[in-house]
Amino acid sequence: MLRFIMQRVLLMPVLLVVFSVIVFALVQAPPGDFLTSYAATLASSGSSIGETELQALRQTYGLDKPIYVQYLYWMGNLLRGDLGLSLEYQRPNAELIGERLVLTLALAAFSFIFTWIIAIPAGILSARHQHGPIDYFFTFFNYIGVAIPNFMLALILMWLGFSVLGISVTGLFSPEFEQAPWNLARVADLMKHMWLPAIVIGISGTARLTRVMRANLLDELNKLYVVTARAKGMSEWKLVLKYPVRLAINPLISTIGWYLPQLFSGSLIVATVMNLPNIGPLLLRSLISQDMYLAGSLLLIYAFLTIIGTLLSDILLALADPRIRMRG
Amino acid sequence: MEESLDTAPLLKEAIPEDRVSVASNAQLVWWRFTKHKPALVAMVVLFMFFVVLLFPAFFSIQEPELTDAKLAFIPSQSLHLFDGAKLRPWVPTVVGKRNPTTLRMEWKIDASKKIAVRFLSQGYPYKIFGLIPTRLHILGAVRADEQNRIYLLGTDRLGRDQWSRLMFATQTSMTIGMVSVALSIFLGVLLGGISGYFGGFVDLVIQRLIELLQSLPTIPIWLALSAALPRDWPPTRVFFAITIILALIGWTTLAREVRGRFLSLREEDFVLSAELVGCSRMRIILRHMVPTFSSHIIATSTLAIPVMIISETSLSFLGLGLRPPAISWGVLLQEAQNIQTLALAPWLLIPGLVVVIAVLAFNIVGDGLRDAADPYGK
Repeated sequence: MLRFIMQRVLLMPVLLVVFSVIVFALVQAPPGDFLTSYAATLASSGSSIGETELQALRQTYGLDKPIYVQYLYWMGNLLRGDLGLSLEYQRPNAELIGERLVLTLALAAFSFIFTWIIAIPAGILSARHQHGPIDYFFTFFNYIGVAIPNFMLALILMWLGFSVLGISVTGLFSPEFEQAPWNLARVADLMKHMWLPAIVIGISGTARLTRVMRANLLDELNKLYVVTARAKGMSEWKLVLKYPVRLAINPLISTIGWYLPQLFSGSLIVATVMNLPNIGPLLLRSLISQDMYLAGSLLLIYAFLTIIGTLLSDILLALADPRIRMRG
Repeated sequence: MEESLDTAPLLKEAIPEDRVSVASNAQLVWWRFTKHKPALVAMVVLFMFFVVLLFPAFFSIQEPELTDAKLAFIPSQSLHLFDGAKLRPWVPTVVGKRNPTTLRMEWKIDASKKIAVRFLSQGYPYKIFGLIPTRLHILGAVRADEQNRIYLLGTDRLGRDQWSRLMFATQTSMTIGMVSVALSIFLGVLLGGISGYFGGFVDLVIQRLIELLQSLPTIPIWLALSAALPRDWPPTRVFFAITIILALIGWTTLAREVRGRFLSLREEDFVLSAELVGCSRMRIILRHMVPTFSSHIIATSTLAIPVMIISETSLSFLGLGLRPPAISWGVLLQEAQNIQTLALAPWLLIPGLVVVIAVLAFNIVGDGLRDAADPYGK
C-alpha cells in the first residue's frame, strides 16, 4: 500500500514538469505579448505609449529574450516558490492568488458535499422505487441537471433573485466584508453566500452521481443474497442499507478522481458569471490580457489540483479494493 | 442462433418470430429503439433541429444582421392561429412609448390591433445552399412594411430579430457539435484501433498520451487554447479552430473504449479466421472489427455531441469562442450576460432554453441507442 502511494507521489513532479512546458507553450502561443495588448488597451482608451518606452519595459520584464530563456526563468522562480509578478496588476502573483485559491477549494469542497448528500439518498430512493413516481421524478431531474449548462442555471437564479426577490446573489461576501480580515463574522457571511454557487456548480455532478448510484444499486438488489435476506424476514430498509448500498457506493469512489478536477474547472465559468472571487475570473482576465506569468501559474495550479484529485481517488480506491493494490 | 431466439419473446408483440431470427443487426437495433417512446419523441425533436440546420434562412423572418437601435428590446409577439373562429393567423402589434424619466423606449403589446401574417410568404432574398435564389420564408406579414414587423422572440439591444438569429445560431452550434464529434471519432477510432490492434510499444505511447491529455484540466486548457487564437481571424477560421480545439480533448475517452473493444475482439475466432484466410490488417480492422462495435460508437458519439454543444456555448458565452458577426447559441447568450439587461429583457434567455432542449434530445436519443445497441441484451 505504501509502495503504491509512493509510486504515485514520485510520478507527480514528472507530470508537473511536462504540464509546465505545455502550459508555458499555451500562454506563449497568442501572437504578440503582454505589452502589445497593453499598448492596444491604452490606445483604445485614448492615451498612448512610445515605442522606446515599450522596448524598455520589454527589457525589464525579459520579454525580449528567447522563449526557452523565459521558460527557464519562470521555472527557476517557481522552484524557489516564487510565482512571479503579474504584469497587469504589478503585484506578486502569490498575493493575487492566495485568498482566491482558498475560496476555490472551499467552494469545491462545498459542492462536493452537496453532491454526495443529495445524490446518494436520491439514488437509493430511485432504485428502491424503480418505475415508481419517485424514480421518474429523479430521472427527469437528472436529465435536466445534465442538460442545463451551469452558467445558464447561474443566470436564471441571478435573474430570479434580482427581479422577484430584489436581491443580488452575486459574489461570495456582503460589501462590508469584502476587504475585511478573516474572522468568525466573515466566515459566517461567506457561508451565507456560498451555498447557492455551490449548488449551481454541483448540480450536473449530482445528476450523474444519482444515475450511477441508482444503476449500481439496482444491480445489487437483484442478487440472491438480497432475496435470501428478504425471505428470512429482514426489514426492508435494513436489507437495503446494510450490504447493497455499501457495495453500490464502492465504484463511485473511483469517480471522485475525475469529479474533483471537474469541480475546480467547472467553477470557472460559474465564477465568472456570478462574480465569485475565486481563481476562475482571474485566469480569464489574465488570458485575455496576455498576463502570461499569472496565466501560466494559474493553469499550473489547475493542473496540480487535477493531479491531486486523481491521486486521492487512486488511494481511496486502493483502500477500498485490495485487488488494485496487488497490481499497482 | 440460440441468442436470437432469446430476443424473440421481447419482440414478439410487434414482430413475428420468423422475422426476428433472420433480421440484420441494424434492424434489431431499430426495433428495440422504437420500443423506447421518449427516445422516439426526442428523435423527432432532433429531426426538426436538423431541418432548421439545413434551411435556417427559410425559417428566419428577417435578416439576422438587420439592426435598428430604435427597435431595441421589443418583447416577443406571440403567434395566434385563429382570429375568432376563422383560421387567420395574426400577431399583436407592439406600441413604443419613451419613458420621460429614464428616456428608455417602453414597449407594450397591443392585442386590439392585429398584424395579419401568412405562412410561406415572401421576404428578404437569400439562396438555398448558396445556390438557388428565393424569397420564400416560413412566415411573414401579409403587408410587409415598417409598421408590420414581427418579432416572435423579441429583439436584442441592437434591435435584431431574435427568432431569425436563433435559426442561424442553431445551424452554427449544431454543426460545431457534430463536426467536432466526427473529428473525435476519427481520431479516437484511428488511434484507439491502432493502439488496441498492434499493442506493444505503440499501445504504450498512445496510452500515455491519452493519460496525459486526460489529466489536463479541461476547461482551463480550452480557455487558454481559444485565447491563443488571433483576434483578427475571420469567423469561418475561428469556427474551424474551435471545432478542432473541442475535438482535440474529446477524442481520448472514445479512443479508450475502442481500444478496450479491440483488445477483446482480437482474441475472437472470426478475427483469427480472417487472418488465416489472408485478409490484410486494414481489411480486418475496417471490414470485420469496426462493424461489430459500430452501433456502440454511434451511441457514444450521440452522447458526446451535447457535451461539445455545451462547451461551445460556454466558450462563446465567455467571449473566447465564436465572436460576432458569427451567430451561435453562445454568442446569442452573450447578450444576456448583464443582469440589468436580463431584468429588462428576459426573452434574451430563450436561446438558453433551446440549448437545453437540444442537449436533452441528444441525451435521450443517445441513451435509447445505447440500450438498443445491444440487441441480445435483456
